[in-house]
Amino acid sequence: MPVSTIPFGPQHPVLPEPIHLKLTVEDEVIKEVVPALGYVHRGLEKLAGTRDFHQMVQIVERVCGICSMMHAMCYCECVEAMMGIETPPRARYLRLIWSELNRLHSHLLWLGLFADSFGFESLFMQFWKIREKVMDLQEATAGNRVIVSVNVIGGLRRDLSPEQQQTILNILDRVEDEMRLLEKPLLGDYTVMKRTKGKGIVSAARALELGCVGPTLRGSGVAQDMRQLGYEAYGDLAFEPRVEKDGDCYSRLKVRYREVFQSIDLIRQAMEKIPAGEIAAVVKGRPEGEGLARVEQPRGEVFYYVKADGKKYLERIRIRTPTFANVPVLLAMLPGMCLSDVPVIVLSIDPCISCTER
Amino acid sequence: MFEQITRGSRVKSPWLLHYDCSSCNGCDIEVIACLTPVYDIERFGIINVGNPLHADILLVTGAVNHRNRKVLENLYEQMPHPRVVIAIGSCALSGGVFREAYNVVGGVDKVIAVDVYVPGCAAKPEAIIDGVLLGLEKFKKLSNNWRGVGGIFREAETNES
Repeated sequence: MPVSTIPFGPQHPVLPEPIHLKLTVEDEVIKEVVPALGYVHRGLEKLAGTRDFHQMVQIVERVCGICSMMHAMCYCECVEAMMGIETPPRARYLRLIWSELNRLHSHLLWLGLFADSFGFESLFMQFWKIREKVMDLQEATAGNRVIVSVNVIGGLRRDLSPEQQQTILNILDRVEDEMRLLEKPLLGDYTVMKRTKGKGIVSAARALELGCVGPTLRGSGVAQDMRQLGYEAYGDLAFEPRVEKDGDCYSRLKVRYREVFQSIDLIRQAMEKIPAGEIAAVVKGRPEGEGLARVEQPRGEVFYYVKADGKKYLERIRIRTPTFANVPVLLAMLPGMCLSDVPVIVLSIDPCISCTER
Repeated sequence: MFEQITRGSRVKSPWLLHYDCSSCNGCDIEVIACLTPVYDIERFGIINVGNPLHADILLVTGAVNHRNRKVLENLYEQMPHPRVVIAIGSCALSGGVFREAYNVVGGVDKVIAVDVYVPGCAAKPEAIIDGVLLGLEKFKKLSNNWRGVGGIFREAETNES
């Protein structure tokens, strides 16, 4: 059978982001995948030389618009640890609430896009309809729908009033009800199962070997979640990572679907326990030395490394994002699959190219 | 006459092509949010297509960098005349916070002609819809003045072959 090469991307209707995969196919079966990156590379880490360490918060928020809050939170945690700043307890809870809202909207976005990748348009519309409620919450509390710019070094810029907290809880109740209604059309549907079960299988050992993170790893049966580290207020709350065994697209779908309820539950717990008090600590001096921080994003673990020498500008900042860690596993999943399954498998790792290339 | 019908229907129901030039995803998800039930851009007859040969309006988000510059030019050239380009978000306007970064060329207008600028970081769906409708006005004027002697079709054919 002759071998042919098919390009996937950079401009592709299924994926809004530009990634280029060179697929070598024999008949319809994929033999080899070669990725080509760099379409979204901006050189963001180098901007540390032109912005001081307070202004860098706004830059790292724009690494990725979907999980902007968590990038800023991870960067702030890293710099705070270097400077020895203790964030007030209320700020730690508020950061948790906003980051879980971020995760909620990101997972709903993914569930919609995933449904769209196998042509289930009406389900896509349903998830995005629910997602708009979360977006409205972000706009009402943080002032912006997408870039949730609440973090500063030392704490937060915005507080949640008791009325706002009540609104969040009320709207989340409705989100939960509507999500429960979508369980059957999503997880019990014959078409969905046909398109996702047994596709892109990766075993737990192989996933760990390739350094896979986040829901992709948990879909293979490894209970690893950076929230177990107990950063911010996660240590005070009851939390259990959601794990599925099969390691195919369907179990990754199930992990993310169940994590939506987990996020809602975490926000509820945090609302009950949130203490009163200050929201930001006083910041004096400049960071010096090296620091690192890890945070669980919707797509997995994000890692920040910061090096500073006590000057106004940071010497080096290095970001390792979850999709960067998941690309090797994606390349391992694709060979042997049909060409028509490529969009489903590519989306099943929830690729965020702007994170990967920065 | 056939041309007249096509011209009229393109104005009534323009098709969008969305390309993400090194955007942070913020504007992209807002563009997709425009297609979903809450904002529902389809009520203006607008749908999102993946093929530049079918598109009338090009939405560009994010700043242009040295690598995707060629892709953007390529997409623009494949679109049939008349065409309208809408730049969405601060980065597409001027490069935004990334304008000093080493791999960023600048706004979209450094590479192709832009008709409508939609500001915001990230641009809100309302603003995007407004920008698209403004672009549609321009598209209407352009198609009334367009005397391409079947140019739209001829160009599409040569691109496909």
